[in-house]
Amino acid sequence: MSSRFARFALIGLALAFLAVFLFVPLAFVLVEGLKKGVVAYLAAVSSPDAMDAILLTLLTAAIAVPANVVFGIAAAWAIAKFRFPGKSVLVTLIDLPFSVSPVIAGLIYVLVFGMQGWLGPWLADHDLKVIFAVPGIVLATMFVTFPFVARELIPLMQAQGIEQEEAATVLGAGGWQTFFRITLPNVKWGLLYGVILCNARAMGEFGAVSVVSGHIRGATNTLPLHVEILYNEYQFAAAFACASLLALLALVTLGLKFAVERRMVQHGEH
Amino acid sequence: MADRDFLVARAFDADAAARPASRAAPRRRPALPGFGLSLGITLVYLSLVVLIPLSAAFIKTTSLGWPAFWAAVSAPRVVASYRLTFGASLAAALVNAVFGLLVAWVLVRYRFPGRRLVDAMVDLPFALPTAVAGIALAGLFAPNGWFGTRLDPLGIKVAFTPLGVFVALTFIGLPFVVRTVQPVLEELPRELEDAAATLGAGPLAVFRRVIFPVVLPALITGFTLAFARAIGEYGSVIFIAGNMPMVSEITPLIIITKLEQYDYAGATAVATVMLVVSFVLLLAINALQAWTRKRQGAQA
Repeated sequence: MSSRFARFALIGLALAFLAVFLFVPLAFVLVEGLKKGVVAYLAAVSSPDAMDAILLTLLTAAIAVPANVVFGIAAAWAIAKFRFPGKSVLVTLIDLPFSVSPVIAGLIYVLVFGMQGWLGPWLADHDLKVIFAVPGIVLATMFVTFPFVARELIPLMQAQGIEQEEAATVLGAGGWQTFFRITLPNVKWGLLYGVILCNARAMGEFGAVSVVSGHIRGATNTLPLHVEILYNEYQFAAAFACASLLALLALVTLGLKFAVERRMVQHGEH
Repeated sequence: MADRDFLVARAFDADAAARPASRAAPRRRPALPGFGLSLGITLVYLSLVVLIPLSAAFIKTTSLGWPAFWAAVSAPRVVASYRLTFGASLAAALVNAVFGLLVAWVLVRYRFPGRRLVDAMVDLPFALPTAVAGIALAGLFAPNGWFGTRLDPLGIKVAFTPLGVFVALTFIGLPFVVRTVQPVLEELPRELEDAAATLGAGPLAVFRRVIFPVVLPALITGFTLAFARAIGEYGSVIFIAGNMPMVSEITPLIIITKLEQYDYAGATAVATVMLVVSFVLLLAINALQAWTRKRQGAQA
Protein backbone atom coordinates (compact mmCIF):
# COMPACT_ATOMS: atom_id res chain seq x y z
CA MET A 1 0.00 0.00 0.00
CA SER A 2 2.69 2.46 1.01
CA SER A 3 4.85 1.44 -1.95
CA ARG A 4 1.88 2.13 -4.23
CA PHE A 5 1.53 5.55 -2.68
CA ALA A 6 5.25 6.17 -3.08
CA ARG A 7 5.04 5.20 -6.73
CA PHE A 8 2.23 7.66 -7.45
CA ALA A 9 3.97 10.39 -5.48
CA LEU A 10 7.25 9.90 -7.38
CA ILE A 11 5.55 9.80 -10.80
CA GLY A 12 3.50 12.87 -9.88
CA LEU A 13 6.52 14.81 -8.69
CA ALA A 14 8.55 13.95 -11.80
CA LEU A 15 5.70 14.89 -14.13
CA ALA A 16 5.05 18.14 -12.27
CA PHE A 17 8.71 19.11 -12.66
CA LEU A 18 8.67 18.27 -16.38
CA ALA A 19 5.35 20.11 -16.83
CA VAL A 20 6.72 23.33 -15.35
CA PHE A 21 9.97 23.26 -17.29
CA LEU A 22 9.03 21.51 -20.56
CA PHE A 23 5.36 21.15 -21.42
CA VAL A 24 3.96 24.48 -20.24
CA PRO A 25 6.70 26.59 -21.93
CA LEU A 26 6.14 24.69 -25.19
CA ALA A 27 2.36 25.19 -25.00
CA PHE A 28 2.89 28.84 -24.07
CA VAL A 29 4.81 29.50 -27.32
CA LEU A 30 1.96 28.13 -29.44
CA VAL A 31 -0.79 29.88 -27.45
CA GLU A 32 0.96 33.27 -27.49
CA GLY A 33 1.74 32.93 -31.20
CA LEU A 34 -1.94 32.43 -32.00
CA LYS A 35 -3.16 35.02 -29.49
CA LYS A 36 -4.05 37.60 -32.14
CA GLY A 37 -5.69 35.04 -34.40
CA VAL A 38 -4.68 32.89 -37.33
CA VAL A 39 -4.58 35.83 -39.77
CA ALA A 40 -2.08 37.77 -37.64
CA TYR A 41 -0.09 34.56 -37.17
CA LEU A 42 0.17 33.94 -40.89
CA ALA A 43 1.00 37.61 -41.52
CA ALA A 44 3.83 37.44 -38.96
CA VAL A 45 5.45 34.30 -40.34
CA SER A 46 5.09 35.41 -43.99
CA SER A 47 6.27 39.01 -43.64
CA PRO A 48 9.21 39.86 -45.93
CA ASP A 49 11.62 40.12 -42.97
CA ALA A 50 10.48 36.76 -41.61
CA MET A 51 10.80 35.14 -45.06
CA ASP A 52 14.33 36.51 -45.45
CA ALA A 53 15.20 35.20 -41.99
CA ILE A 54 13.80 31.75 -42.81
CA LEU A 55 15.75 31.62 -46.08
CA LEU A 56 19.00 32.62 -44.37
CA THR A 57 18.44 30.01 -41.66
CA LEU A 58 17.87 27.32 -44.32
CA LEU A 59 20.93 28.47 -46.31
CA THR A 60 23.13 28.39 -43.18
CA ALA A 61 22.03 24.86 -42.32
CA ALA A 62 22.42 23.79 -45.98
CA ILE A 63 26.13 24.73 -45.82
CA ALA A 64 27.03 23.92 -42.21
CA VAL A 65 25.40 20.48 -42.01
CA PRO A 66 27.00 18.94 -45.16
CA ALA A 67 30.38 20.40 -44.16
CA ASN A 68 30.12 18.72 -40.77
CA VAL A 69 28.93 15.47 -42.38
CA VAL A 70 32.03 15.29 -44.59
CA PHE A 71 34.23 16.11 -41.61
CA GLY A 72 32.40 13.68 -39.33
CA ILE A 73 32.78 10.79 -41.77
CA ALA A 74 36.46 11.56 -42.39
CA ALA A 75 37.18 11.85 -38.65
CA ALA A 76 35.30 8.64 -37.83
CA TRP A 77 37.08 6.74 -40.63
CA ALA A 78 40.52 7.86 -39.45
CA ILE A 79 39.81 7.32 -35.74
CA ALA A 80 37.80 4.09 -35.91
CA LYS A 81 39.69 2.21 -38.62
CA PHE A 82 43.33 3.06 -37.89
CA ARG A 83 45.71 3.26 -34.95
CA PHE A 84 47.84 6.34 -34.50
CA PRO A 85 49.37 8.22 -31.59
CA GLY A 86 47.44 11.19 -30.20
CA LYS A 87 44.09 9.64 -31.07
CA SER A 88 42.49 10.34 -27.68
CA VAL A 89 43.70 13.95 -27.82
CA LEU A 90 42.07 14.27 -31.25
CA VAL A 91 38.78 12.88 -29.92
CA THR A 92 38.86 15.39 -27.05
CA LEU A 93 39.59 18.27 -29.45
CA ILE A 94 36.62 17.27 -31.62
CA ASP A 95 34.38 17.60 -28.54
CA LEU A 96 35.84 21.00 -27.68
CA PRO A 97 33.17 23.20 -29.32
CA PHE A 98 30.54 21.66 -27.02
CA SER A 99 32.24 23.13 -23.97
CA VAL A 100 32.82 26.59 -25.44
CA SER A 101 30.16 29.22 -24.77
CA PRO A 102 28.30 30.17 -27.98
CA VAL A 103 29.16 33.80 -27.30
CA ILE A 104 32.86 32.94 -27.30
CA ALA A 105 32.35 30.94 -30.52
CA GLY A 106 31.17 34.16 -32.13
CA LEU A 107 33.90 36.25 -30.52
CA ILE A 108 36.79 34.16 -31.86
CA TYR A 109 35.60 34.69 -35.44
CA VAL A 110 35.39 38.43 -34.81
CA LEU A 111 39.02 38.24 -33.62
CA VAL A 112 40.07 36.50 -36.85
CA PHE A 113 37.88 38.18 -39.48
CA GLY A 114 36.71 41.43 -37.81
CA MET A 115 38.04 44.88 -38.75
CA GLN A 116 40.53 44.76 -35.85
CA GLY A 117 41.22 41.06 -36.39
CA TRP A 118 44.01 39.14 -38.11
CA LEU A 119 42.46 39.07 -41.56
CA GLY A 120 40.22 42.14 -41.22
CA PRO A 121 42.41 44.66 -43.10
CA TRP A 122 43.17 42.18 -45.88
CA LEU A 123 39.47 41.33 -46.29
CA ALA A 124 38.59 45.03 -46.38
CA ASP A 125 41.22 45.66 -49.10
CA HIS A 126 39.64 42.94 -51.20
CA ASP A 127 36.11 44.14 -50.50
CA LEU A 128 35.19 40.92 -48.71
CA LYS A 129 32.94 40.78 -45.66
CA VAL A 130 32.82 37.91 -43.21
CA ILE A 131 31.74 39.52 -39.93
CA PHE A 132 28.30 41.17 -40.04
CA ALA A 133 27.71 39.14 -43.19
CA VAL A 134 26.52 35.68 -44.20
CA PRO A 135 29.96 33.93 -44.21
CA GLY A 136 30.44 34.81 -40.53
CA ILE A 137 27.04 33.37 -39.67
CA VAL A 138 27.86 30.15 -41.52
CA LEU A 139 31.29 29.85 -39.86
CA ALA A 140 29.93 30.43 -36.35
CA THR A 141 27.22 27.83 -37.02
CA MET A 142 29.82 25.36 -38.30
CA PHE A 143 31.75 25.83 -35.05
CA VAL A 144 28.84 25.19 -32.67
CA THR A 145 27.59 22.16 -34.67
CA PHE A 146 31.09 20.82 -35.30
CA PRO A 147 31.05 17.68 -33.09
CA PHE A 148 27.50 16.39 -33.72
CA VAL A 149 28.06 14.00 -36.65
CA ALA A 150 31.59 12.93 -35.67
CA ARG A 151 30.66 12.00 -32.10
CA GLU A 152 27.77 9.81 -33.33
CA LEU A 153 29.88 8.01 -35.93
CA ILE A 154 33.16 7.49 -34.03
CA PRO A 155 31.87 5.08 -31.31
CA LEU A 156 29.60 3.36 -33.83
CA MET A 157 32.36 2.67 -36.34
CA GLN A 158 34.76 1.68 -33.55
CA ALA A 159 32.26 -0.88 -32.30
CA GLN A 160 31.79 -2.31 -35.79
CA GLY A 161 35.51 -2.97 -36.26
CA ILE A 162 37.27 -3.36 -39.60
CA GLU A 163 36.68 -7.02 -40.54
CA GLN A 164 34.01 -6.34 -43.18
CA GLU A 165 36.02 -3.59 -44.84
CA GLU A 166 39.13 -5.79 -44.82
CA ALA A 167 37.20 -8.62 -46.43
CA ALA A 168 35.99 -6.27 -49.16
CA THR A 169 39.55 -5.04 -49.75
CA VAL A 170 40.89 -8.60 -49.98
CA LEU A 171 38.20 -9.37 -52.55
CA GLY A 172 39.47 -6.48 -54.63
CA ALA A 173 37.12 -3.61 -53.78
CA GLY A 174 38.56 -0.12 -54.00
CA GLY A 175 38.51 2.34 -51.13
CA TRP A 176 35.43 4.30 -52.20
CA GLN A 177 33.61 1.11 -53.22
CA THR A 178 34.29 -0.36 -49.77
CA PHE A 179 33.10 2.82 -48.14
CA PHE A 180 29.86 3.19 -50.11
CA ARG A 181 28.95 -0.53 -50.18
CA ILE A 182 30.05 -1.63 -46.68
CA THR A 183 30.73 1.17 -44.22
CA LEU A 184 28.03 3.66 -45.15
CA PRO A 185 25.13 1.14 -45.08
CA ASN A 186 26.38 -0.08 -41.69
CA VAL A 187 26.26 3.37 -40.12
CA LYS A 188 23.42 5.01 -42.04
CA TRP A 189 21.06 5.35 -39.07
CA GLY A 190 23.78 6.70 -36.81
CA LEU A 191 24.73 9.18 -39.52
CA LEU A 192 21.11 10.27 -39.91
CA TYR A 193 20.86 10.66 -36.13
CA GLY A 194 23.88 12.96 -36.10
CA VAL A 195 22.52 14.95 -39.06
CA ILE A 196 19.17 15.49 -37.31
CA LEU A 197 20.82 16.83 -34.14
CA CYS A 198 23.32 18.89 -36.15
CA ASN A 199 20.55 20.43 -38.24
CA ALA A 200 18.40 21.34 -35.22
CA ARG A 201 21.31 23.16 -33.60
CA ALA A 202 22.33 24.82 -36.89
CA MET A 203 18.85 26.23 -37.46
CA GLY A 204 18.32 27.22 -33.83
CA GLU A 205 21.71 28.69 -32.88
CA PHE A 206 21.39 32.10 -31.28
CA GLY A 207 24.37 33.24 -29.18
CA ALA A 208 27.21 32.61 -31.63
CA VAL A 209 25.25 33.93 -34.61
CA SER A 210 24.12 36.96 -32.62
CA VAL A 211 27.75 38.06 -32.10
CA VAL A 212 28.77 37.86 -35.78
CA SER A 213 25.52 38.89 -37.46
CA GLY A 214 25.16 42.60 -36.81
CA HIS A 215 21.36 42.11 -36.93
CA ILE A 216 20.82 43.63 -40.36
CA ARG A 217 17.20 43.00 -41.27
CA GLY A 218 16.64 41.26 -44.57
CA ALA A 219 20.38 40.56 -44.84
CA THR A 220 21.98 38.92 -41.79
CA ASN A 221 18.98 38.01 -39.67
CA THR A 222 18.39 34.33 -39.00
CA LEU A 223 15.03 33.18 -37.67
CA PRO A 224 16.13 33.04 -33.99
CA LEU A 225 17.57 36.57 -34.32
CA HIS A 226 14.34 37.75 -35.95
CA VAL A 227 12.44 36.40 -32.93
CA GLU A 228 14.70 38.44 -30.64
CA ILE A 229 14.19 41.65 -32.64
CA LEU A 230 10.40 41.29 -32.64
CA TYR A 231 10.40 40.51 -28.92
CA ASN A 232 12.56 43.53 -28.08
CA GLU A 233 10.18 45.70 -30.12
CA TYR A 234 7.30 44.44 -27.96
CA GLN A 235 5.70 42.69 -30.96
CA PHE A 236 5.07 39.70 -28.73
CA ALA A 237 2.45 37.92 -30.84
CA ALA A 238 4.66 38.13 -33.94
CA ALA A 239 7.73 37.06 -31.94
CA PHE A 240 5.93 34.00 -30.59
CA ALA A 241 4.46 33.24 -34.03
CA CYS A 242 7.99 33.03 -35.51
CA ALA A 243 9.17 31.20 -32.38
CA SER A 244 6.43 28.62 -32.90
CA LEU A 245 8.01 27.70 -36.26
CA LEU A 246 11.24 26.94 -34.38
CA ALA A 247 9.29 25.04 -31.71
CA LEU A 248 7.73 23.00 -34.50
CA LEU A 249 11.21 22.28 -35.84
CA ALA A 250 12.17 21.07 -32.34
CA LEU A 251 9.15 18.74 -32.19
CA VAL A 252 9.89 17.33 -35.66
CA THR A 253 13.50 16.85 -34.55
CA LEU A 254 12.43 14.93 -31.44
CA GLY A 255 10.01 12.80 -33.49
CA LEU A 256 12.65 11.90 -36.08
CA LYS A 257 15.21 11.28 -33.34
CA PHE A 258 12.81 8.91 -31.59
CA ALA A 259 12.11 7.03 -34.84
CA VAL A 260 15.80 6.75 -35.75
CA GLU A 261 16.69 5.55 -32.24
CA ARG A 262 14.24 2.66 -32.65
CA ARG A 263 15.78 1.80 -36.03
CA MET A 264 19.24 1.88 -34.49
CA VAL A 265 18.18 -0.58 -31.79
CA GLN A 266 16.65 -2.86 -34.45
CA HIS A 267 19.76 -2.73 -36.62
CA GLY A 268 22.08 -3.16 -33.66
CA GLU A 269 23.70 0.15 -34.39
CA HIS A 270 23.28 1.46 -30.90
CA MET B 1 48.41 4.29 -53.11
CA ALA B 2 47.00 1.73 -50.72
CA ASP B 3 50.52 0.57 -49.90
CA ARG B 4 51.63 4.05 -49.06
CA ASP B 5 48.67 4.56 -46.76
CA PHE B 6 49.46 1.25 -45.15
CA LEU B 7 53.03 2.37 -44.50
CA VAL B 8 51.81 5.69 -43.09
CA ALA B 9 49.39 3.85 -40.84
CA ARG B 10 52.16 1.52 -39.71
CA ALA B 11 54.56 4.38 -39.15
CA PHE B 12 51.99 6.06 -36.91
CA ASP B 13 51.17 2.82 -35.17
CA ALA B 14 53.19 3.08 -32.00
CA ASP B 15 51.78 -0.15 -30.61
CA ALA B 16 52.91 -2.14 -33.64
CA ALA B 17 56.54 -1.48 -32.85
CA ALA B 18 56.10 -2.55 -29.26
CA ARG B 19 54.16 -5.70 -30.15
CA PRO B 20 56.15 -8.95 -30.20
CA ALA B 21 56.91 -9.92 -33.79
CA SER B 22 55.54 -13.44 -33.32
CA ARG B 23 52.13 -12.03 -32.52
CA ALA B 24 52.18 -9.28 -35.10
CA ALA B 25 53.45 -11.25 -38.07
CA PRO B 26 50.68 -13.79 -38.64
CA ARG B 27 48.02 -11.14 -38.03
CA ARG B 28 49.41 -8.81 -40.69
CA ARG B 29 46.49 -7.81 -42.84
CA PRO B 30 46.01 -5.63 -45.88
CA ALA B 31 45.38 -2.18 -44.40
CA LEU B 32 42.34 -0.22 -45.39
CA PRO B 33 42.92 2.70 -47.71
CA GLY B 34 42.15 6.33 -46.97
CA PHE B 35 44.09 6.92 -43.77
CA GLY B 36 46.03 9.89 -45.13
CA LEU B 37 43.00 11.44 -46.80
CA SER B 38 40.61 11.08 -43.85
CA LEU B 39 43.11 12.19 -41.22
CA GLY B 40 44.14 15.07 -43.48
CA ILE B 41 40.57 16.32 -43.89
CA THR B 42 40.02 15.93 -40.15
CA LEU B 43 43.10 17.89 -39.11
CA VAL B 44 42.67 20.66 -41.70
CA TYR B 45 38.99 21.22 -40.91
CA LEU B 46 39.57 20.98 -37.14
CA SER B 47 42.37 23.54 -37.39
CA LEU B 48 40.50 25.98 -39.62
CA VAL B 49 37.16 25.90 -37.84
CA VAL B 50 38.16 25.31 -34.21
CA LEU B 51 41.83 25.47 -33.28
CA ILE B 52 43.06 28.55 -35.15
CA PRO B 53 40.08 30.76 -34.21
CA LEU B 54 40.29 29.57 -30.57
CA SER B 55 44.00 30.31 -30.46
CA ALA B 56 43.14 33.85 -31.61
CA ALA B 57 41.49 34.40 -28.24
CA PHE B 58 44.60 33.36 -26.32
CA ILE B 59 47.00 35.28 -28.55
CA LYS B 60 44.88 38.43 -28.28
CA THR B 61 44.94 38.03 -24.49
CA THR B 62 48.73 37.69 -24.29
CA SER B 63 49.09 40.92 -26.30
CA LEU B 64 47.11 42.63 -23.55
CA GLY B 65 49.74 42.42 -20.82
CA TRP B 66 49.15 41.20 -17.28
CA PRO B 67 48.00 44.46 -15.58
CA ALA B 68 45.43 45.25 -18.29
CA PHE B 69 44.25 41.63 -18.29
CA TRP B 70 43.83 41.61 -14.52
CA ALA B 71 42.01 44.95 -14.56
CA ALA B 72 39.58 43.64 -17.20
CA VAL B 73 38.79 40.33 -15.50
CA SER B 74 38.59 41.62 -11.92
CA ALA B 75 36.42 44.71 -12.40
CA PRO B 76 33.58 44.67 -9.83
CA ARG B 77 30.87 44.35 -12.50
CA VAL B 78 32.69 41.39 -14.07
CA VAL B 79 33.24 39.70 -10.71
CA ALA B 80 29.53 40.14 -9.90
CA SER B 81 28.74 38.40 -13.19
CA TYR B 82 31.01 35.44 -12.30
CA ARG B 83 29.24 35.13 -8.97
CA LEU B 84 25.84 35.06 -10.67
CA THR B 85 26.88 32.79 -13.56
CA PHE B 86 28.64 30.22 -11.39
CA GLY B 87 26.16 30.45 -8.51
CA ALA B 88 23.04 30.08 -10.66
CA SER B 89 24.71 27.34 -12.77
CA LEU B 90 25.60 25.41 -9.61
CA ALA B 91 22.09 25.76 -8.16
CA ALA B 92 20.49 24.74 -11.46
CA ALA B 93 22.80 21.74 -11.83
CA LEU B 94 22.01 20.65 -8.25
CA VAL B 95 18.25 20.87 -8.87
CA ASN B 96 18.75 18.92 -12.09
CA ALA B 97 20.79 16.27 -10.24
CA VAL B 98 17.90 15.67 -7.81
CA PHE B 99 15.03 15.89 -10.29
CA GLY B 100 17.02 14.27 -13.12
CA LEU B 101 17.60 11.21 -10.93
CA LEU B 102 13.89 11.20 -10.04
CA VAL B 103 12.79 11.49 -13.70
CA ALA B 104 15.25 8.77 -14.79
CA TRP B 105 14.00 6.49 -12.00
CA VAL B 106 10.34 7.05 -12.89
CA LEU B 107 10.99 6.47 -16.61
CA VAL B 108 12.97 3.26 -16.04
CA ARG B 109 11.03 1.64 -13.21
CA TYR B 110 7.39 2.65 -13.62
CA ARG B 111 4.89 2.10 -16.41
CA PHE B 112 2.28 4.81 -16.92
CA PRO B 113 0.33 6.16 -19.89
CA GLY B 114 2.37 8.61 -21.96
CA ARG B 115 5.70 7.33 -20.64
CA ARG B 116 7.30 7.08 -24.09
CA LEU B 117 6.13 10.57 -25.00
CA VAL B 118 7.59 11.95 -21.77
CA ASP B 119 10.81 10.05 -22.42
CA ALA B 120 11.14 11.59 -25.90
CA MET B 121 10.25 15.07 -24.63
CA VAL B 122 13.07 15.09 -22.06
CA ASP B 123 15.40 16.07 -24.90
CA LEU B 124 13.36 19.19 -25.73
CA PRO B 125 15.96 21.58 -24.26
CA PHE B 126 18.52 20.11 -26.71
CA ALA B 127 16.19 20.60 -29.68
CA LEU B 128 14.40 23.86 -28.84
CA PRO B 129 16.35 26.95 -29.97
CA THR B 130 17.54 28.79 -26.88
CA ALA B 131 15.94 32.09 -27.92
CA VAL B 132 12.54 30.37 -28.05
CA ALA B 133 13.04 28.89 -24.60
CA GLY B 134 14.15 32.32 -23.39
CA ILE B 135 11.08 34.26 -24.51
CA ALA B 136 8.74 31.46 -23.37
CA LEU B 137 10.20 31.38 -19.84
CA ALA B 138 10.32 35.20 -19.68
CA GLY B 139 6.65 35.38 -20.72
CA LEU B 140 5.57 32.67 -18.25
CA PHE B 141 7.39 34.12 -15.24
CA ALA B 142 6.75 37.81 -16.00
CA PRO B 143 4.50 39.41 -13.35
CA ASN B 144 1.50 39.12 -15.72
CA GLY B 145 2.46 35.65 -17.05
CA TRP B 146 0.86 32.27 -16.27
CA PHE B 147 3.34 31.46 -13.48
CA GLY B 148 4.14 35.07 -12.56
CA THR B 149 0.58 35.97 -11.55
CA ARG B 150 0.57 33.03 -9.13
CA LEU B 151 4.03 33.68 -7.67
CA ASP B 152 3.73 37.45 -7.41
CA PRO B 153 1.18 37.44 -4.51
CA LEU B 154 3.58 35.17 -2.59
CA GLY B 155 6.26 37.83 -2.96
CA ILE B 156 8.34 35.64 -5.30
CA LYS B 157 9.76 37.52 -8.25
CA VAL B 158 11.42 35.34 -10.87
CA ALA B 159 11.55 37.31 -14.12
CA PHE B 160 14.22 40.00 -14.29
CA THR B 161 15.95 38.76 -11.12
CA PRO B 162 18.81 36.26 -10.46
CA LEU B 163 16.08 33.67 -9.80
CA GLY B 164 15.10 34.00 -13.48
CA VAL B 165 18.67 33.12 -14.49
CA PHE B 166 18.41 30.01 -12.31
CA VAL B 167 15.10 29.00 -13.95
CA ALA B 168 16.51 29.35 -17.49
CA LEU B 169 19.65 27.37 -16.58
CA THR B 170 17.54 24.63 -14.99
CA PHE B 171 15.62 24.28 -18.26
CA ILE B 172 18.78 24.14 -20.35
CA GLY B 173 20.46 21.51 -18.13
CA LEU B 174 17.44 19.28 -17.66
CA PRO B 175 18.30 16.42 -20.08
CA PHE B 176 21.90 15.85 -18.96
CA VAL B 177 21.39 14.02 -15.66
CA VAL B 178 18.37 12.08 -16.97
CA ARG B 179 20.33 10.84 -19.99
CA THR B 180 23.47 9.87 -18.06
CA VAL B 181 21.65 8.13 -15.18
CA GLN B 182 18.94 6.38 -17.25
CA PRO B 183 21.17 3.72 -18.91
CA VAL B 184 22.83 2.89 -15.57
CA LEU B 185 19.46 2.36 -13.90
CA GLU B 186 18.32 0.20 -16.82
CA GLU B 187 21.28 -2.13 -16.27
CA LEU B 188 20.91 -2.26 -12.51
CA PRO B 189 19.65 -5.77 -11.69
CA ARG B 190 16.44 -5.73 -9.70
CA GLU B 191 17.54 -8.84 -7.80
CA LEU B 192 20.03 -6.66 -5.97
CA GLU B 193 17.27 -4.51 -4.49
CA ASP B 194 15.06 -7.52 -3.82
CA ALA B 195 17.90 -9.25 -2.00
CA ALA B 196 18.54 -6.17 0.13
CA ALA B 197 14.83 -5.85 0.89
CA THR B 198 14.63 -9.56 1.80
CA LEU B 199 17.51 -9.03 4.20
CA GLY B 200 15.38 -6.44 5.96
CA ALA B 201 16.44 -3.16 4.39
CA GLY B 202 13.73 -0.52 4.08
CA PRO B 203 13.17 1.35 0.80
CA LEU B 204 15.34 4.28 1.93
CA ALA B 205 18.15 2.00 3.02
CA VAL B 206 17.96 0.14 -0.32
CA PHE B 207 18.23 3.45 -2.15
CA ARG B 208 21.08 4.73 -0.01
CA ARG B 209 23.11 1.52 0.19
CA VAL B 210 22.36 -0.23 -3.12
CA ILE B 211 21.08 2.13 -5.81
CA PHE B 212 22.82 5.38 -4.99
CA PRO B 213 26.41 4.04 -4.98
CA VAL B 214 25.87 2.48 -8.41
CA VAL B 215 24.41 5.59 -10.07
CA LEU B 216 26.76 8.04 -8.33
CA PRO B 217 29.42 8.28 -11.10
CA ALA B 218 26.75 8.85 -13.75
CA LEU B 219 24.99 11.34 -11.51
CA ILE B 220 28.18 13.36 -11.01
CA THR B 221 28.91 13.20 -14.75
CA GLY B 222 25.43 14.49 -15.60
CA PHE B 223 25.73 17.20 -12.96
CA THR B 224 29.06 18.37 -14.39
CA LEU B 225 27.72 18.34 -17.96
CA ALA B 226 24.72 20.43 -16.90
CA PHE B 227 26.97 22.81 -14.96
CA ALA B 228 29.38 23.22 -17.90
CA ARG B 229 26.51 23.89 -20.30
CA ALA B 230 24.91 26.42 -17.94
CA ILE B 231 28.08 28.49 -17.53
CA GLY B 232 28.27 29.34 -21.22
CA GLU B 233 24.52 29.66 -21.83
CA TYR B 234 23.32 32.92 -23.32
CA GLY B 235 20.15 32.73 -25.44
CA SER B 236 17.71 31.33 -22.90
CA VAL B 237 18.96 33.57 -20.09
CA ILE B 238 19.05 37.12 -21.47
CA PHE B 239 15.30 37.44 -21.97
CA ILE B 240 14.33 36.43 -18.43
CA ALA B 241 17.34 37.89 -16.58
CA GLY B 242 16.62 41.60 -16.87
CA ASN B 243 20.37 42.08 -17.34
CA MET B 244 20.93 44.62 -14.58
CA PRO B 245 24.64 45.28 -14.00
CA MET B 246 25.89 43.90 -10.66
CA VAL B 247 22.57 42.08 -10.10
CA SER B 248 21.36 39.92 -12.98
CA GLU B 249 24.03 40.23 -15.65
CA ILE B 250 25.68 36.95 -16.72
CA THR B 251 29.30 36.69 -17.89
CA PRO B 252 28.53 35.83 -21.56
CA LEU B 253 26.48 39.06 -21.70
CA ILE B 254 29.47 41.02 -20.32
CA ILE B 255 31.49 39.71 -23.29
CA ILE B 256 28.79 40.87 -25.73
CA THR B 257 28.49 44.28 -24.05
CA LYS B 258 32.25 44.81 -24.25
CA LEU B 259 32.21 43.80 -27.92
CA GLU B 260 29.44 46.28 -28.67
CA GLN B 261 31.59 48.98 -27.05
CA TYR B 262 34.50 47.91 -29.32
CA ASP B 263 36.44 46.80 -26.22
CA TYR B 264 37.81 43.70 -28.03
CA ALA B 265 40.70 43.24 -25.60
CA GLY B 266 38.42 43.36 -22.55
CA ALA B 267 35.90 40.99 -24.14
CA THR B 268 38.70 38.56 -25.00
CA ALA B 269 40.19 38.72 -21.49
CA VAL B 270 36.87 37.74 -19.89
CA ALA B 271 36.35 35.09 -22.60
CA THR B 272 39.77 33.61 -21.77
CA VAL B 273 38.79 33.18 -18.12
CA MET B 274 35.63 31.35 -19.23
CA LEU B 275 37.54 29.23 -21.75
CA VAL B 276 40.02 28.08 -19.09
CA VAL B 277 37.14 27.11 -16.78
CA SER B 278 35.44 25.27 -19.68
CA PHE B 279 38.61 23.33 -20.54
CA VAL B 280 39.10 22.27 -16.93
CA LEU B 281 35.47 21.09 -16.84
CA LEU B 282 35.92 19.23 -20.15
CA LEU B 283 38.89 17.32 -18.72
CA ALA B 284 36.91 16.60 -15.55
CA ILE B 285 34.00 15.29 -17.64
CA ASN B 286 36.34 13.02 -19.64
CA ALA B 287 37.78 11.61 -16.42
CA LEU B 288 34.28 11.15 -14.95
CA GLN B 289 33.06 9.32 -18.03
CA ALA B 290 36.03 6.97 -17.88
CA TRP B 291 35.22 6.35 -14.21
CA THR B 292 31.55 5.66 -15.05
CA ARG B 293 32.51 3.16 -17.76
CA LYS B 294 34.92 1.41 -15.42
CA ARG B 295 32.28 1.18 -12.69
CA GLN B 296 29.72 -0.15 -15.16
CA GLY B 297 32.25 -2.65 -16.47
CA ALA B 298 32.88 -3.83 -12.91
CA GLN B 299 29.13 -4.21 -12.36
CA ALA B 300 28.54 -6.32 -15.45
